[in-house]
Formats: sequence, C-alpha cells, structure tokens
Amino acid sequence: MKIGVPREVAGGEARVALTPDSALQLQKLGHDCLVESGAGQDAGFGDDAYRAAGVTVVPTAESLWSTADVIAKVRPPEDSEVARLSPGKTLISFFYPGQRGEALEAVSATGANVMAMDMVPRISRAQKMDALSSMANIAGYRAVIEAGANFGRFFTGQVTAAGKVPPAKVLVIGAGVAGLAAIGAATSLGAITLAFDVRPEVAEQIESMGAQFVYLDFAEEQQDGAATGGYAAPSSPEFRAAQLKKFRELAPDVDIVISTALIPGRDAPVLWTKDMVDAMKPGSVIVDLAAERGGNCELTVPDEKIVTDNGVTIIGYTDFPSRMAAQSSSLYASNIRHMLADLTPGKDGVIVHNMEDDVIRGATIAFEGQVSFPPPPPKIKAIAAQKPKPKAEELTPEQKRAQDIAAFKAQTRSQVTTLIAGAVLLMTVGAVAPASFMAHFTVFVLACFVGFQVIWNVSHALHTPLMAVTNAISGIIVVGAMLQVGSSNSIVLALATISILIASINIVGGFLVTRRMLAMFQRS
Amino acid sequence: MFDVGVVSAAYIAAAVLFILSLGGLSNQESAKRAVWYGIAGMALAVLATLFGPGAANLPIVAGSFAVAAVVGWIVAMRVQMTEMPQLVAALHSFVGLAAVFIGFNAHFELESVHALDPAARDALTGFAGVLAHKTPVEINILKVEEFLGIFIGAVTFTGSIVAFGKLAGKLDGKAKKLPGGHLLNATAAIASLVLLIMYVGNIGVEGRELTVLIAMAVLALFIGFHLVMGIGGADMPVVVSMLNSYSGWAAAAIGFTLGNDLLIVTGALVGSSGAILSYIMCKAMNRSFISVILGGFGGTTGPAAEIEGEQVAIDADGVAAALNEADSIIIVPGYGMAVAQAQQAVSELTRKLRAAGKTVRFAIHPVAGRLPGHMNVLLAEAKVPYDIVLEMDEINEDFPTTDVVIVIGSNDIVNPAAQDDPNSPIAGMPVLEVWKAKQVFVSKRGQGTGYSGIENPLFYKDNTRMFYGDAKVAVNSLLGNIG
Repeated sequence: MKIGVPREVAGGEARVALTPDSALQLQKLGHDCLVESGAGQDAGFGDDAYRAAGVTVVPTAESLWSTADVIAKVRPPEDSEVARLSPGKTLISFFYPGQRGEALEAVSATGANVMAMDMVPRISRAQKMDALSSMANIAGYRAVIEAGANFGRFFTGQVTAAGKVPPAKVLVIGAGVAGLAAIGAATSLGAITLAFDVRPEVAEQIESMGAQFVYLDFAEEQQDGAATGGYAAPSSPEFRAAQLKKFRELAPDVDIVISTALIPGRDAPVLWTKDMVDAMKPGSVIVDLAAERGGNCELTVPDEKIVTDNGVTIIGYTDFPSRMAAQSSSLYASNIRHMLADLTPGKDGVIVHNMEDDVIRGATIAFEGQVSFPPPPPKIKAIAAQKPKPKAEELTPEQKRAQDIAAFKAQTRSQVTTLIAGAVLLMTVGAVAPASFMAHFTVFVLACFVGFQVIWNVSHALHTPLMAVTNAISGIIVVGAMLQVGSSNSIVLALATISILIASINIVGGFLVTRRMLAMFQRS
Repeated sequence: MFDVGVVSAAYIAAAVLFILSLGGLSNQESAKRAVWYGIAGMALAVLATLFGPGAANLPIVAGSFAVAAVVGWIVAMRVQMTEMPQLVAALHSFVGLAAVFIGFNAHFELESVHALDPAARDALTGFAGVLAHKTPVEINILKVEEFLGIFIGAVTFTGSIVAFGKLAGKLDGKAKKLPGGHLLNATAAIASLVLLIMYVGNIGVEGRELTVLIAMAVLALFIGFHLVMGIGGADMPVVVSMLNSYSGWAAAAIGFTLGNDLLIVTGALVGSSGAILSYIMCKAMNRSFISVILGGFGGTTGPAAEIEGEQVAIDADGVAAALNEADSIIIVPGYGMAVAQAQQAVSELTRKLRAAGKTVRFAIHPVAGRLPGHMNVLLAEAKVPYDIVLEMDEINEDFPTTDVVIVIGSNDIVNPAAQDDPNSPIAGMPVLEVWKAKQVFVSKRGQGTGYSGIENPLFYKDNTRMFYGDAKVAVNSLLGNIG
C-alpha cells in the first residue's frame, strides 16, 4: 500500500505525520511512503532527508492524495482535503468527531475509511498509538518552558553572593498527561510545585513526580477515574465551590499557574477567575493549556499572550506541540506508524481493517461510507476499577468513652477472674499441704507477684543488663550450697564445693558484666 | 556467729535489695545505682549465711569464692559485647548445674539422716537438722521439690550449653532434631514423671532411690539438649530468656528443698523476669511461646506471594550522596551488625551525620539480635547516645517522614510481607515499617534470604537499594564521603 503524507494546510501547523525514521519502519511493514514536497520543512525534515530514507517526494498535494491509499496527517481534514477522498482510501488524522458531527457526515459520505487518532481507546495495548498523550506530554513540557520564558525570575531557589533568590511556586491544575509532564518539568527546573486534580487517586502520581498534592476539605463521594476511561468526570457545584475557594487562597502565593483541566468533548471549566488573576503578584504567568476549548482562566484569549493590568501574563496558545514540531512530529509519526503496524498484521503491505479489534474499531469513525462513531465500549476496561480503601471509622467522643469503659470493664473482669482462680488454687494447695510448706509457698507466690510488677517496668533497652543481673542474682543458689558444705558426707562436700565455685562465678561475672554494660549507656 | 533471727533479717534485706535492683532497671540512669543494690544484697546474703547457723568448712567456702571471683572477673572484663548472648547462656548453665548438685546433695543428706537413730537425729544441726525434724508428709513434699530442682536444673544446664554453642558458633545454628522430634521430648518428660511418682511414693525403688534420681537427671539432660537443638538461631532471644527463667525456677525449687525463703524469693524474681522477657519476645514475633519452643515457624495457610521486580544494587558513593542530602535518617541494626562487629563504624557514621546537622536515630526491634536488648548494649558500647536509640513503638510512625533508612544486617524485622501477605510465615509479626521512608538502603552480605529463609519484598521495592558487602567494610566506606 502507498502511505502518503501531505503538507498540513492549517496555518501555523509545523508538524508532519511522517519522519524519515518512521518511513523506514513503514517500509519494513511492506508499505511505500510518499510525502508532499516541503511537508516536513517546518519540523526540520527536508525533502532530501525523506528521499534518503526511500520516500517518494511528490510535488503537489493533489497528486499525493490521488496516488496514496492511506493518507496520514496531523490536523483534521479541511473541506478541500475531504473533497479529495474517495472510496477505498483511508485517512488517519486527528478528527474530534464528537464535536464535529457535520464534518464527520461529510467525510463518511466520500466512502473513505477514516481513523481518528484522538479516538484511540485508552487501553494498555494502544498506548503506543495514543497521540493525545504524546501531544499532551509535549504541551505540558512546553507550557513550563513558555512560562519560564515569560517569567522574570529563576525557577529554582538560590543563595548567591548577591542575595537570596526564592524558588518559584508553580501550581499545576489537572494532573493528566500534560499536567504530570508540566509537574516533571517544573520540579526539575527547581520550582516548588503544587498540583491539583479532582481525582484524589492521582495524588500518588503527583507526589511521585515531586509535587505536593493540594487537598480539598471536601467529603464528596470519591470519583473513580476508571469509570470514565481515566479522565476526570464533571464535578458537583459544591465541589467546584470548594475548589475555587482553595485556588483563591493559593492565588497570591503562586508565581506560575499551568492549567490543563479539560474533559474530552466539553468546554473547559473556568477554574481561575478574574479575581484570582487580580490577586496574583505582578510578573506572574498563567499558561492555559485548555485555551482551545475556552480556557480554564476567565481572561484567557485563545492563541494569544496577553498581559493584564496588574502585570500577569496569560498565555493562551493552542499550538504548544506545533511549537516543538521536531519532537512532536517524531512522536506523532511514531504513533501513526504503530497504528499502521496494527493495520498490517501480516507485515506484507496489505491493510486489514479489522473491525473486531478494539483499538482499530475504536479509532475508526467512518467505514465504507457509514459513520461508525461512537464506537461500542471497549471489551477491556481502560483502568482497573479502584479498590475501595478501608476507612478507619471516626469515633465520636461518646463512642470512644463507651469503648474505654467497656475495655476497662473487660480488664477488671479478667483481673478479678485471675485473682479468684489464683485464690482458689492457693486454698486448694493450702488444704492439702502442711503448714511449713504453705509458709514458703506464700513467700514464693508473693515473690512471683512482685517480680511480675517490677519487671514490666524495665526499659526495653536494658533487657540485656536485666538478663545479666538476674543471672548474677540467681547465683543466690550459692547459699544452698553453703548450707550443705558442712556435711560429713564426702560426696556432698565435693558437690557442694563445686556448686559454690560455679555459682560464685555467676555472681561475680554477672554483676561485673552488668556494671560494665550499664556504664556504657550515655546520654547525648 | 549470727543467730537465726539476724540471718532472717539479713535475708529479708537482701530480698528487698534484689527487688530494688531489678526495679531500678526502668531507666539507664537509675540502673547504674541499681546494680549496686544487687551487689549489696548478694554480699549481705552470703555473709549472713557464712556466719549464720549451719555454716561450716569456712576455708573451703572462702577458697571457692576466691577462685570464682578471679574467674568471674576475668570473664566479665574480657567478654566482647557481641558475645553477651553466649556469656549469658553459659552463666545460666552454671546455675542449672549447681541446682542439680544441690538437689543431689539434699537427697544424700536425707538418706544419711534416715539412716540415723532418732536420738542422733535430734542432735543434728544445720540442714541435716532441718531434715531430721520433718514429718513424713513434709518429707514427701521435700522429695518432690528436690526432684523438681534437679529436673529443672538439668534441663537448664544442657539447654544453656547447647544455646551457648549455637550462639558462639561452635554448633550449627540451624534447628536440628533427632528422628522422633518432640515425641522424644514428650516421652522423656513422661518417663521423668513416672520416676517422680516412683521416687516419692517409694514404689518398687527401695534402696535404689539414687538410681531413680540419676535416671531422671539423665532424661532431663537429654530434654534440655534436644529441646534447644531443635530451635534455630533467630529464636535464641526467646530461648535465652526461657533458660533465664528456668534458672530462676531451679533456684526457687532448691529454696523449697532447703526451706530457704531467700532462695525462693530470688528464684521467683528471676523466674518471672525470664518468663516476662520470653513473653515480650514472642509477642514481638507474633508467635506463641509453645510454637517457638517447639521450633520452626507456625503453620502457613498457602504459598507465599510471589515477589516481582529485582534487587537493585548501589555503591558507597550513591549511599553517601543520599545521606548527604537527607535531613532525617533512621538506622535499623540487626544481628548482621553484631556479626560484622560494625557497631563502631556505625557509631562513627552517626557522629559524622549528626555533626552535619542531620537527625539520626536508631530503630530497635524487640527481637533484633540474639538477646533481648542486645542491640542497645552494642550501640551503647560504641558510644551511641541512648536517647537516640528508640524502640519500635516509639519510632514506627516516623518512617513516612524520614528521608533515608539504613538497614544494617536485619531482615525479618523489616519484612513488609508480615503485613501484606497473609500467607507469609511471619504474617502478623509487628515489623519496622522502613519501606514507608523515601529511600531505604539495605546493607547485606549477599542476595540470600537469611536465617529464616523468608523472601523479603522490601529488597525489591522501588525505593530500596541494596548495598552489598560486609557491614563493617560497607559502613566504613561511607565515612570518607560524608560531610
């Protein structure tokens, strides 16, 4: 099959859907590649570079559209381009079919198959062709760079001979791919980065990138990102109010705001209102990545950079990826190549448009003259459903007191039971044993009791000295041997002497080593 | 010569001093005074006995004391702090052996007293005199006491010797049992009980009482030997405290035999002390005393969870760099530190890090090492201030706010499987939650699983780096790069 890539017609678009590298890979799949002359110029890929990679450079768009079987491009097709489609051709590009119903009708009427790169389902297998993510990643990075270019200070804090420089405070709103990329770029530049997202489960991701998660004091049902394909769901008015309150608090503090809050197919929610902009310090920068859909900031002007009266720069560019055309082209071309690899299972240059495949089905919005959008839900869930986290129940003071009382009662009960059992046992022994024995037995029981009380108070750290000292004390058995040493029986005498000897070693050794150990313990 | 009243008073004073001595161990400062209470109590008891009624053969006693004092002094001054577990075990064996001898002596005395005619009996003084005036019931009780004294003493003796051998590395530390296992121990114990009944009840043993006693002693010696042989090295803290307890009970049993309250009181104090220590150790391992004594780990309910990932090694420069950047550091020492004699190096590292203004603390698990509180003593010896050495309960909550944790020679006590994997052999054991820190460095000799053979998922975690090598060499290699 012939894969053709035209020059983008939209003004200012510098990206291209084919790079010499991706062309080489496509040729390995058995395809021939065509490119319109000058298509890669703005992204830094000249015609010669394509030729060197075995790509046929076609002089005009018209000849390209007519020769190629598969046309891959970046931006959604313009009317002039749609007119060049015909049955049997396949178009792969961004399309946004959800918002462009009429365009979708028009394109399907041509009989061509159309695959929208923005409709690739968000499942693990399809990540390699997830162009939205790769573009968002670039946008997030670029947003920080743009902010830095317009911010008159350092990102990182420094202590220089000329004085101390405080680090910049960056707030990233929305921790999707773009948001996380922005966090990564901002933290690696040394800024203190705060990040907010309506999905509390991303707190971990935010923190892993080195930013602080901004928590709201709001007890709403947890949103589960898994239900919405990993995107945030619209939030309730109460939640929104709590969110704005928090932002209002942060506004005077932060130097740079990068807002990335966008739910596919909806207008961008206004999260940074005019009064927040007014509260910001002069010189602060807002980069609104949602500008294309109206902007998260109330004052954003799409495609423009404005400076407010109080000196806050608001950047509303919508072409961040295009501003890094070389990088975004190579990533996008790579996404396209992966898509074509999936469409060419035999690696023989034959396109098999398998509508049973979740990824291909999801991306295909027009197939053989029919609109095939929206796709049925994918068979595999994008993200495993979040397991509900067991939550420790907060106890009211009354419950706590009731619990304490119950515990106290249980303790009393067990103590009383033990005491009664002990008393019964002692009395049973007393009933059968002679008085002389009972006297000693009483002493024994009392000593056990005292030992029990005393030992529990011994500090953990002193358990080794405790063992050494009890060892020494158990040498008291020497007293027994001393009482026997007076015997006339020579065996008794001998055994008693040995006993005195070894028990005394115990006493002397035990006490000395304890003393040695205890002397070592020093306070700092 | 003191009369009975004075001796009794001295004994009471000694008992009080012993209680004060143990009670004083509640903190490091009062402990330094407490040990003198113990010494004073012992001196008082020995002197009162020496000059009290029933004492004789002063030269022999004095001679034995002199020899013992020299031996004891040499031992106490020479012993390395890493060798404390062995020393404690060895000293236990002495008490056990003494108890056996004194028990046998009581038997001999009893025999000789019985051989005398009633008139001669009345003339007897000292221990023999006490025996002479006993009623038949009292004699029977005496026999039980004597029997118990010998039994417990013998178990303590061989048990302690085996424990000493294992701790000193003279015996293989692995759990070993003869074919038959605990059945052998149980049989021996039952046989001893039968012998006890025969001995006390005088059933068919007329004239052969000594043989019965010796047979029992041999059985008890076997039990002590076999029981401790069957327990592995890492469970030694429990075994040593158990033997500590037994040595106390042996002394108490002998006290009953001799009718000596001081022995009873002291024995009971030591006995309950050891019992409580064993209990604390078992609790720290979430295992019952019985399961520890019976050896091996308790029943598992299924295969342990598979561990994914790999152990990532790091070199000294990497660890040093992380330490230089960290503000708060916790060091978790284990038996491996004692084996490698790394405590001085660790102390030096601590000193340097503290000098650089970092917070350095130590987290001690109750069963770290081979003796309760062993790590504390080693660190104290290396001049680590005791107020930065904390217990598990005191420090476990601080790990999430800690920058760097260095685990030196410990394994099971930092194993997250105890919390995460219900099928792990150590499931439910309280552990130090080191993995919650930002970064964990594990100083370990190699990739093995250590004594218990339990895989440690900590080593595979993303924030864990393995710092292989001998602990002492490893820590020393850090010193040059710190500060």
